[in-house]
Amino acid sequence: MEAHTTTRKDPRRAPPFDVDGIRAQFPILAREVNGHPLVYLDNAASSQRPERVIERIARYYREEHANVHRGAHALSAAATGAYEGARQTVAEHIGATDPAEIVFTRGTTESINLVAAAWGGSRLGEGDEVLLTKMEHHSNLVPWQLVAGRTGAVLRFVDVTAEGRLDLDDFDRLLGPRTRLVAFTHVSNSLGTVNPVRDLVQRAHGAGALALVDGAQAAPHLTLDVADLGCDFYAFSSHKMCGPTGIGVLWSRRELLEDMPPYQGGGEMISEVTLEGSKWAAIPHKFEAGTPNIAGAVGFAEAIRFLREVGMDSIAAHEAELIGYALAALSDIPGLTLFGPREARASVFSFTFGDIHPHDLSTILDQRGIAIRAGHHCNQPLMDHFGVSGTARASLYLYNTPSEIDALVEGLAMAAEVFGGVSSFG
Amino acid sequence: MTDAKPSKPDTPPDRAIPSSLNQLYQEVILDHYRRPRNKGPLDDATHHITMNNPLCGDVIELMIRVADGRIEEARFEGRGCSISQASVSMLTGRVSGRTVEEASELSERFTRLLHGDESLLSDAGLGDLRALAGVSKFPVRIKCALLGWNCLDELMEQDPDAPSPSPSPDDGRE
Repeated sequence: MEAHTTTRKDPRRAPPFDVDGIRAQFPILAREVNGHPLVYLDNAASSQRPERVIERIARYYREEHANVHRGAHALSAAATGAYEGARQTVAEHIGATDPAEIVFTRGTTESINLVAAAWGGSRLGEGDEVLLTKMEHHSNLVPWQLVAGRTGAVLRFVDVTAEGRLDLDDFDRLLGPRTRLVAFTHVSNSLGTVNPVRDLVQRAHGAGALALVDGAQAAPHLTLDVADLGCDFYAFSSHKMCGPTGIGVLWSRRELLEDMPPYQGGGEMISEVTLEGSKWAAIPHKFEAGTPNIAGAVGFAEAIRFLREVGMDSIAAHEAELIGYALAALSDIPGLTLFGPREARASVFSFTFGDIHPHDLSTILDQRGIAIRAGHHCNQPLMDHFGVSGTARASLYLYNTPSEIDALVEGLAMAAEVFGGVSSFG
Repeated sequence: MTDAKPSKPDTPPDRAIPSSLNQLYQEVILDHYRRPRNKGPLDDATHHITMNNPLCGDVIELMIRVADGRIEEARFEGRGCSISQASVSMLTGRVSGRTVEEASELSERFTRLLHGDESLLSDAGLGDLRALAGVSKFPVRIKCALLGWNCLDELMEQDPDAPSPSPSPDDGRE
């Protein structure tokens, strides 16, 4: 027990974090934008990639490419080995014992659509309930709206407190005998809230419901162990964790995946086809119709190896320092309203700044090379909940530094100057 | 820069506001953003439309009263960035009293101005709309400046003698 707590969480035991050495591995961080060094604070939308990931993808195409699982020739075997090796790397990274439980998808969005269509489409009926939350990204909302429309299932939404946490009393109140699935985000993409996944999963299971976790904003930052979390589905994307775009993962338990009908039909997902019908391939191939994103998977595995060599605990410790620094710096700015909790939060900072619209802020900051996101962050219902049409959002990752937060603060000061001061709403 | 605040010793020397930003956020634009003209309902509107930009959430409802082919009054409701809101605020002042043809033609010239046609900087007919010429240096913001004008273009294509149906909750475009 002692060893468990010290190795997993204690930031004091993390090795020294060489942020300059890490930055040097990301070619894009050396470029200038509008005459200023790039300050990339839009990592919740997509992270950047280290050279070794870019190079790994290039080497795959230069030396190893053919289609997977098809040919008997050397290159097909090489490509298959690289692709299935990537699956193994992902499985090990998230604590899955069985690589067949790793389904490669286009990303978190497709992973959730897969569950909504294949599991939801076959398991949900009239009056069945899916419990979501008011802090879900549109990708964990719209797929359920679609399947609810087809099946007659009902969607319910757990409320969010003023601080930006899930209202657990409301969670318990809405969890009922008709709840078939609870689907919620691990980390909020706009509030930075880290949800108590294990606790929520236990409550869901206690009510006889399955639990799906949207891990898009958690997987890049946290040590993951799906067995420990106890959930039934876990979805995440490569491009937010230093890997290529267009590849992501759905993890689920073997028996659930085997029990689900296919998501899409085509090559790769069948074992036998006649004109009258087909038999499905074994998992995970049953859910991977067509030629997969082989290079994406290979690049993703390289990104995971990179993150693991830096160390997920080291990354978390570095980000914990950045979070403290950013919270202090942003709290000092008159007229700035920061959303989301202070504690148990990720490195995502949504804010409004007086009456300066987030898009104007983004334009002004961009002139100083600072990339932030402005808008509703695919979280329109949540923005409505907090009575804003959108926010500015700065989101950090392992290569960000305190001096980049200083640059953001200076950029905000310039924005106030451009606008002749900061007025309050209303 | 006599009134410049003393800067911290380690701050870089490039704190000056880029001229492109000063041209974008001119006083008149910030004034229209903070004190929008003709904002609020137009109860006897003959034509109205709501459009939004789904990428950024800006939304504008443009309402006009047309009689004998002339826009008697234009008002708007909406929310969004300074550029979209200032632009539509200026629009309402600029098109009131003009014929439908004149308003369409104004919209066409304003659109050309935003796409960088500098000959229009001397076009007195555009009036204070010329303050928005700085948007041409920020291509991603052109759609902000045009949102209200896209509403106007849509209305001008409607039959001026056939009033729009009453607003409904789902009449937003896209």
